[in-house]
Amino acid sequence: MINNLCYISGEKNKKMNKEQTIIELKAIIKPYIANNEAFENLTEETDFIADLKINSANLVDVVLDIEEKYNIIIDNESMEKMLTVKAAMAIIEEKLAARD
Amino acid sequence: MKNDETLAKLPYSKPFLFVDEILHIDENGVKGTFRFDENLEFYKGHFVNNPVTPGVILTEVMAQIGLVCLGVFLLDNSFNKSTSIGLTSTEIDFLKPVFPNEKVTVISEKIYFRFGKLKCKVLMINEKEEEVCRGTIAGMIISK
Repeated sequence: MINNLCYISGEKNKKMNKEQTIIELKAIIKPYIANNEAFENLTEETDFIADLKINSANLVDVVLDIEEKYNIIIDNESMEKMLTVKAAMAIIEEKLAARD
Repeated sequence: MKNDETLAKLPYSKPFLFVDEILHIDENGVKGTFRFDENLEFYKGHFVNNPVTPGVILTEVMAQIGLVCLGVFLLDNSFNKSTSIGLTSTEIDFLKPVFPNEKVTVISEKIYFRFGKLKCKVLMINEKEEEVCRGTIAGMIISK
């Protein structure tokens, strides 16, 4: 029973962190977006370039701001994959796990 | 030596080369000069009977010295004919006019060079060492 409760609260925390990460990501990308509607309706599937119309030069700034915010280093290979909110979250999670 | 090698690799020629001399270059920044010849074509029209160097040309001088020279230096041997370069953003304040025959010095400090994007803090001064313009310029420089 106790185990079950722990499991449930653990899941809840994980989910809240995900929502929290989306809020943090939104704050980071806001200065660079050119499509407000897509930004307001942002989901994990949102594409930085196709949907939010962030240009590729500014995508570099997004990645550098993410590095600073989470105190992680993003390599060229990860940068190339970082095209959607979902991909960005996966890379943040991966780099944080590698760091800890 | 590095200064002349970098100059020789610049992908510009007259009438659109706006670098005369590189005074200093290292991985963190660059300092270079350009003198505005009074016979430059744009003085005939900017302005009529009152030649003043256009802001876009000052911006170009800042970009060629501050960004392109530094980018070419940073890429070193991987800079070649298939390297593409492009200006991506400028944010510049213009403080003083520059007239024909003036010589300007551009001083650029690298903010970062990551994922092919070079961003620099760039300052231009005149011969009286007065600030002419200053700002932030960024571009992409990609070796294929």
